[in-house]
Amino acid sequence: MLELNNGGDFREDMAIVIVGHVDHGKSTIVGRLLADTGSLPQGKLELVKEICRRNSKPFEYAFLLDALKDEQSQGITINAARCFFKTPKRNYILIDAPGHVEFLKNMVTGAARAEAALLVIDAQEGVKENSRRHAYLLSMLGVEQVAVLINKMDLVQYDQQVFENVREEYHDFLNQIGIRPAAFLPVSGREGDNIAYPSERMSWYQGPTVLGVLDAFQAGKPPVEKPFRMPVQGVYKFTSGGDSRRIIAGTVETGRLQVGDEVVFYPSGKRGTVRSIEAFGGVATGNEGFLGEPVTSVEAGYATGFTLNEQIYVTRGEIASISGQTRPQVASRLRVKIFWLGKNPMVYGKRYMLKLGTARVGAKLVEIIKVLDAVSLNINRGEEIQRHNAAECILQLERGIAFDLAQEMPFTGRFVLVDNYDIAGGGIIQEAAEDELAAARAEVWSRNYNWQTSIIPREDRIREYNQEPILILITGGKDVGKKPIAKILERRFFDRGKFVYFLGIVNLLYGVDADIKRPGYNHREEHLRRLGEAAYLMLEAGMILIVTARELTQSDLDLIKTIVSPSRVEAIWVGPEISTDIAVDFHLERFSSHEAGAEMIEDYLLKKGVLQGFN
Amino acid sequence: MDHLSKLENRSIHILREAYAEFRNLCMLWSIGKDSTALLWLARKAFFGHVPFTLIHIDTAYKIPEMIVYRDKLAREWHLDMVYGQNEEALAAKLTFPDGNATRLECCSRLKTEALKHTLDGSWPRYRLNHTTGQYELDKNTEPYTGVIVGIRADEEGSRSKERYFSPRDKKSDWDLAEQPPEFWNQYNTDFAPGTHVRIHPLLDWTEVDIWEYILRENIPVVPLYFDRGNGKRYRSLGCWPCTKPVESTAKNVAEIVAELKTGKFKNVAERAGRDQDKEDGGGLESLRRAGYM
Repeated sequence: MLELNNGGDFREDMAIVIVGHVDHGKSTIVGRLLADTGSLPQGKLELVKEICRRNSKPFEYAFLLDALKDEQSQGITINAARCFFKTPKRNYILIDAPGHVEFLKNMVTGAARAEAALLVIDAQEGVKENSRRHAYLLSMLGVEQVAVLINKMDLVQYDQQVFENVREEYHDFLNQIGIRPAAFLPVSGREGDNIAYPSERMSWYQGPTVLGVLDAFQAGKPPVEKPFRMPVQGVYKFTSGGDSRRIIAGTVETGRLQVGDEVVFYPSGKRGTVRSIEAFGGVATGNEGFLGEPVTSVEAGYATGFTLNEQIYVTRGEIASISGQTRPQVASRLRVKIFWLGKNPMVYGKRYMLKLGTARVGAKLVEIIKVLDAVSLNINRGEEIQRHNAAECILQLERGIAFDLAQEMPFTGRFVLVDNYDIAGGGIIQEAAEDELAAARAEVWSRNYNWQTSIIPREDRIREYNQEPILILITGGKDVGKKPIAKILERRFFDRGKFVYFLGIVNLLYGVDADIKRPGYNHREEHLRRLGEAAYLMLEAGMILIVTARELTQSDLDLIKTIVSPSRVEAIWVGPEISTDIAVDFHLERFSSHEAGAEMIEDYLLKKGVLQGFN
Repeated sequence: MDHLSKLENRSIHILREAYAEFRNLCMLWSIGKDSTALLWLARKAFFGHVPFTLIHIDTAYKIPEMIVYRDKLAREWHLDMVYGQNEEALAAKLTFPDGNATRLECCSRLKTEALKHTLDGSWPRYRLNHTTGQYELDKNTEPYTGVIVGIRADEEGSRSKERYFSPRDKKSDWDLAEQPPEFWNQYNTDFAPGTHVRIHPLLDWTEVDIWEYILRENIPVVPLYFDRGNGKRYRSLGCWPCTKPVESTAKNVAEIVAELKTGKFKNVAERAGRDQDKEDGGGLESLRRAGYM
């Protein structure tokens, strides 16, 4: 019996980042740290000295890091470089983050990986713009252990007063953003004072060296005592070699999972009991002594996978939790704090992709509560969020996702925003904002949670019927030919051997909806909910379902999508003009006959591959 | 969690993200120790399966044992194995061993160019048919949009600037200054048409980590890495005209680890035996910008 946990005797390692304003001497300090801890590969020092000689430049410790040619010519670090050194206590990965504001995205990339940070300030120049901005970002990124190095003390004759002045100014700023530094150190990277060895030139300073401060930091303890969270990366069923396992794979962010636990997935609400925790070849390999033993539990930090007793259908993007522990929240409207790094400002109305855990969903900025200048801490009410600024705002998502509040569960409470193809910002969730679909989602969650699951897995049905269940929603104005087209489409699919069914909304009106069908009384939302539930049943059974309904709006579509999730919906508008706010997948504007119209829709669906067995 | 397990779990997470986000995904397998360890990680990530194509760029100057070893593992592990090469340059003898190119020009033709055109599908690809055991011309010429590569940040300067997911433009160029940020386990998995993304799951590993992992997991590596009686072994594998063995009596993985940690190689750069690096003023940067691995 094997438990994958974080115990045991081993050498610790820790990732640290060094940040600060451009030219305040970060790279020199890193070069000095590497040289003084004997961490440079043989030949590297000589190589860099040789390049300096060839280019008639005096050697600097910083060049050890700036191994790239154009960096050396510009004299600035443009990316976060990693290097390694050791103390008797532990191994360090040191990330050298660039100080130039143009490269703030690289600084963020470096700093987000770190468990602790060194903030470097030039004693002569004092606190500059990026000394502040970097500190602000560290607090957003969740880096809590910080030490401030007041550098270039050799240039101010090792004067204590200069050190005290800088310390006082910076200390106040850090306080305002909630950073409590472990220490302020007077250092000189160039001369080596207080880096690896205590300085003999500053008898007034009795504190630790940089190495001493680093060794005093706590190495991160994985959050094993928090509620269990595992964002689903994928559901694997690799059939080659007769493998019949259906494995739900992901990395455990927090908590611990044991065989026999009941897991609940969010946002769907589906649940099952853990049959096995899977590893390569069916058993764990690796560390001495446990080859061949089955795994019985797994903890935060492990990339793992498990099988369930039940054949439920869950998808990438859901978060697995354990029944009885604090639940993740689900919402589609979030109050968040973000920082923006994109070339173009973040604006109202534009569609961004939000990625949280393994979920990915379209998102729009709907309200800016305040924009914060991360340097002056001044608050503005802007119409957009400029590059390098922070903001509190409300985001509207295209569907509900599962998350936690950043304050309680940072790992599942933070997200990035993608603009076009690039990650352009990051943020943390403060709370769920009011949201129209909350009631429908709660109802769906409860339906799924209590669902009696068939022993036939969804993917077996897909393979057997050679089709993916999908809802084809045909909408448009009155008497434009929706129903005749839908019926012809049904016939055509049927003739292709597909399991397909046509359902007009009127088919529900006198049966399923008989109790709410009263003249002059608006039960539109309840009608749509029941339509959605009826569709859900047919989709669960593996059908392709064609539904017609008049003039659906975007919020109607959102409601139906919420109810039939995770099945795919293809929304199609028939008629020359779209008269509501709905965003459809296909617009059938003009057609010579109903037959031709149905054929055009069929072509569109075939091109999208919806009639194939696997998505 | 110990150091190797931490590295292993992060790499597996990255591999699974790549598998989820890229439809046309492949992994470069140079047959060396790094990409072989990466291949092992893929088998762990996908519970014994490797659900994407492995690509080998065959310069035709690889040490022959490497090819034998490649095909042996490809059969045993049921790998979807594909190779590509610069047939034109080889036919016209525009290579360094033929005396018609500098080392760097030769690398650029046989590796960089061959890789670029194998990935985008514009040159022939040869796929292993597991039934016949032969390589056959592959009919599929779709470009790969996600390419998993086993580079490490500690290898040399330019590699330490890479991201886990690193977008390349239409010409396979690497725009170093404009790389988007990457944080909190979120990677740049979106890409414009015609471009591709390189994925680097081993970025945080060092040479010693790789060997200690090979030792821990008992991963089979090509025997060229070991001294087989003549007091020499390869520390880094490449084409035979440009890669020299080092003086070493390490006969197995454990002895290599000992040698790297405490012995004669403790402070000697790994690629010291690669002659092409020296032509380039101390970095592979000019090659990497053009798409070299």
